[in-house]
Amino acid sequence: MKLTLNEDQLMLQASARDFCQEKAPVSVLRRLRDEKDPLGYDPTLWKQMSELGWTGMAIPEAYGGYAFGYGGLGVILEETGRTLLASPLISTVVIGATAITLGGSEEQKSSLLPAIVSGGLTLALALEESGFHNPAKTACEARASGDGYALSGNKVFVLDGHIADKLIVVARTSSQPGDEHGLSLFLVDKDADGLEVQRRWMVDSRNAAAVMLNNVKVNEDALLGEVDQGFELLDRVLDVARIGLGAEMLGSIQQVFEGTVEYLQQRMQFGVPIGAFQALQHRAADMYSEIELCRSLVRAALNALDEQQEPKRIAQLASAAKAKVSDTFFTVSNEGIQMHGGIGMTDEFDMGFYLKRARVAQQTFGDAAFHRDRFASLQGF
Amino acid sequence: MASLDEFRQSTRAWLEANCPPSMRTPMPQDEVVWGGRNAKFKNPDSKVWLERMAAKGWTTPTWPSEYGGGGLSKAEAMVLQEEMARIGARTPLNSFGISMLGPVLLQYGTEEQKQEHIPKIIRGEIRWCQGYSEPGAGSDLASLGTKAIRDGDYFVVNGQKVWTSYADKSDWIFCLVRTDFEAPKHKGISFLLFDMASPGVSTKPIQLISGASPFCETFFDDVKVPAKNLLGDLNDGWTIAKRLLQHERTMISGFGLSGSRPGKAMPLEEVARQYHNDGDRLSDPVLRDRIAQFKIDAEAFALTSRRSAEEAKESEGPSATSSVLKYYGTELNKRRMELLLQAMGTQSLGWEGDGFEDSELDTTRGWLRSKGNSIEGGTSEIQLNVIAKRVLELPDIMNFVGKKK
Ligand SMILES: Cc1cc2nc3c(=O)[nH]c(=O)nc-3n(C[C@H](O)[C@H](O)[C@H](O)COP(=O)(O)OP(=O)(O)OC[C@H]3O[C@@H](n4cnc5c(N)ncnc54)[C@H](O)[C@@H]3O)c2cc1C
Repeated sequence: MKLTLNEDQLMLQASARDFCQEKAPVSVLRRLRDEKDPLGYDPTLWKQMSELGWTGMAIPEAYGGYAFGYGGLGVILEETGRTLLASPLISTVVIGATAITLGGSEEQKSSLLPAIVSGGLTLALALEESGFHNPAKTACEARASGDGYALSGNKVFVLDGHIADKLIVVARTSSQPGDEHGLSLFLVDKDADGLEVQRRWMVDSRNAAAVMLNNVKVNEDALLGEVDQGFELLDRVLDVARIGLGAEMLGSIQQVFEGTVEYLQQRMQFGVPIGAFQALQHRAADMYSEIELCRSLVRAALNALDEQQEPKRIAQLASAAKAKVSDTFFTVSNEGIQMHGGIGMTDEFDMGFYLKRARVAQQTFGDAAFHRDRFASLQGF
Repeated sequence: MASLDEFRQSTRAWLEANCPPSMRTPMPQDEVVWGGRNAKFKNPDSKVWLERMAAKGWTTPTWPSEYGGGGLSKAEAMVLQEEMARIGARTPLNSFGISMLGPVLLQYGTEEQKQEHIPKIIRGEIRWCQGYSEPGAGSDLASLGTKAIRDGDYFVVNGQKVWTSYADKSDWIFCLVRTDFEAPKHKGISFLLFDMASPGVSTKPIQLISGASPFCETFFDDVKVPAKNLLGDLNDGWTIAKRLLQHERTMISGFGLSGSRPGKAMPLEEVARQYHNDGDRLSDPVLRDRIAQFKIDAEAFALTSRRSAEEAKESEGPSATSSVLKYYGTELNKRRMELLLQAMGTQSLGWEGDGFEDSELDTTRGWLRSKGNSIEGGTSEIQLNVIAKRVLELPDIMNFVGKKK
């Protein structure tokens, strides 16, 4: 597969860009933040996104999807990253639909996937238990109980947790925290007895929640994938999430960078545009180079998903992309503020939203250090 | 040295007797004392503490005692600082009057100006703000356009400043204005002092990315300023402006000490231990390495600040090396805040509400605020330019391409 966009993808990019710039500019996120919107996203926009087919991008046609592939979804995510569009796209479509497609029973697929495509079902992955990404350390416990399981434990940083109709809960059915073996995934209804979801107000004004499970009873059919074998499925789903988030971050990075270069051309000091100063030129040129590298990694990783390459190869690309994009977002978001001077520090200007988003996205599904370590392990060193 | 020892003993005894116990605890942001006509003392002890310290002149230990300062030598001031640190005593008064204006008033002010303003700075009675930056004049400060036209015994000031920290809470402003419109840009600037309550002054707060609103747009519409409020000579304000910047930069460079000063903030390694449930040795080798790297730099920086203060002649104060300290100190502080985020994980990414400790939310907002450190008081790029030109005496490209105005 080519590393450049094909004609269909280019058309998709143009329409996604129009939609995001016109319907969902940063001012939408600003309004959600300022009004402390209880949902933290705009359901009307979400409905329009599903009407555009975005929710079915990577879902097989057999289940109502459009099989446009992850390459197409990546193009869209990049555009949503440009305007910091807050929506359940990553939690529901990138993570939820992928988990069901890869791990779900026939029954689960046919009942849930079409509902995702139509925009009628939102999902969230309840995984993290501390402030640091470490899936194998999961301690939340799932005890066999009657015909099913009883889940108990606490989850944090559950993206879109408080607006999800169903949670995908990662829990331990055997072995000890730290072991990859012994994890299982469960689909849990938002109003299950013993389940409490509390919204958290994050610095990037995006949705996250804490989830408390107190002896939450689920039937056998709530199990997603094989019992005790959940880590492998989870890791594959997480790799898709890392790549998808990487695409979104790439969009944000490009937006910040382009805005900054524009400012370098406009802002006059000492009788010249500040972009005339080599001290700034070289840093801009350096960022440009890094962004080009990010673009290649993200594109290669998306292609690898569509080509259904070996999970190990996908994992390497996912970690490479997430590490690189995280580092680049760090640099570009800092430089975006610094190169704008005083104006960059004001809330009225959008730059701060990208800086805040950068740090949250950097830590989501593993930060750069996590992924360099994982990359090394995957490469056998 | 015997007298210095005696000084230490008497200082220690005085502090023991006079520093209220609550003034020996770490200072929350909202208890910082800025003074002024509308001074706020959230903790009543901080008023007592300010009054006691001001009576001794120890809000400004080295300023001359004839204006109410402490009259201490540099060595004695160091002892006072050490003794205050020993019991964790809070700084009794923070102000731009102390860190920026006072030193240049003492250097360039007339006797009358010193008598009028210095004691009020020392006692925290008047709060000052800095009217330097304008929308079109940031790094290129000398291109400022706020006008002051002489009219009898007054200057009439018109124009706009921006990013004026605490303009809405300040009583007086030290303000750069243009008084000669024909001369080269550095030669037509004057340094005025005036009351923010003067008719025609208005302010509009600007919100920062951290959520706080500490700075303002400041507008001047036919503001009448008595001519006696000119500091230094007419059209020679740039000399004073630059001198004040050196003091400001030295002050801002102090941010770089927050990582190494005991008792100021929880050490990074302690934060990392808490959030990672580690014993003595940190379990994350990457974080451990970065923290070690930071702490080495922080210690080297603290030593360099001290050495630079020792080298500065008693009478002369800071020099172009203030740019080295400002640059390094602020970059260091930004690094410290980023490391805190890394050490605390997603608990450092909250904005408000349940699920986050106050100290965690303070970290998030402090991290955002720290991004301004390398912009305020002259950006990092400008400090590097000063080092390259003034310290290294490297050539200025503007002299070769004929762009210089
Ligand atoms: C938190 C905060 C508080 C402040 N408080 C005050 C205050 O109380 N009073 C006051 O007067 N001002 C205050 N300022 C303003 C501050 O001094 C200016 O923001 C600063 O001087 C930069 O000016 P600018 O914002 O116009 O940026 P610009 O000068 O437009 O700079 C934009 C970018 O260009 C770079 N640049 C400019 N010239 C060069 C060059 N020659 N070579 C290389 N790079 C260059 C800058 O470094 C920066 O990265 C404050 C600023 C902040 C952030």
